[in-house]
Amino acid sequence: MEICRRKDEIDISELDPFLAELLRQIPPSANPEGVPAAEQRLFSPPVNDKEAKICAEWKLYVEPELRRLFQTATETVAGDLEQLNGSEKSFANRTLRIPSKHADAWLSTLNQARLVIAAKYNFTDRELGDHFRSPIGSRRDLSLFQVNFYGFLQEFILRESDGSQKAPED
Amino acid sequence: MSARPLWEEVAMAQSAAITPFPVTKNTGPATVDRPTIEHETRPEEDVDLPWQVVVHNDPVNLMTYVTMVFQRVFGYPREKAERHMLEVHQKGRSVLWSGMRERAELYVQQLHGYLLLATLEKTG
Repeated sequence: MEICRRKDEIDISELDPFLAELLRQIPPSANPEGVPAAEQRLFSPPVNDKEAKICAEWKLYVEPELRRLFQTATETVAGDLEQLNGSEKSFANRTLRIPSKHADAWLSTLNQARLVIAAKYNFTDRELGDHFRSPIGSRRDLSLFQVNFYGFLQEFILRESDGSQKAPED
Repeated sequence: MSARPLWEEVAMAQSAAITPFPVTKNTGPATVDRPTIEHETRPEEDVDLPWQVVVHNDPVNLMTYVTMVFQRVFGYPREKAERHMLEVHQKGRSVLWSGMRERAELYVQQLHGYLLLATLEKTG
């Protein structure tokens, strides 16, 4: 796999089927449904438990906004990933082009996916800090690899885009 | 005609004449309601206490990502954003901002939008 920045886009090329599948798994991995720990992490309370009124208002007014925000980002990423639809045999010659204006959506969705996976498998700080764990011998190992791979993509996008400025919306 | 003797008639007439008009002594009402003193009972959260925006450590969020979020949300220069990020990483939390509640809530909402663990806390 090669990743580089062109003028107004980030190109990911020479994808093998395994990494292509990991990329395609970004949107479904970002969905916290059915994983209470992930729901709790993505929609954490804004105050401690004593402030019940603030928590109730937050749940009523802010949480739906956050859900919409995350959903919109995920849909943008899913749209970009449609470039990977089709025969897996041709992945080697295929390039995934991520428009620079979608960088924020990618950062958000990759983050959602990493948080959901980490919550689902309850990874320890030590596991998350072990970037050279190999080989992949279990579903848990694969998920940890997924978290690290998505983190690598985040780092690249952050480095190649001016992260301190919000990218213009579509 | 009255069958009463004259002296009795006169006595009755005098009695009626001197019957004092019933004047109640002005002593005021027997009881007086206490005046209602309305104490100011603003909810505690409305009082202008400063609120703090606190970001908590999270092993998943990348350090570079957290720095970027601090720059974007608070407009901090990179060095200051990095200082706060390192404080979160090393001490478990960092106070990013303090002030009025409404603005603090807005900051926390933005930080949650970037998936950071952030809370609103009363100062003191």
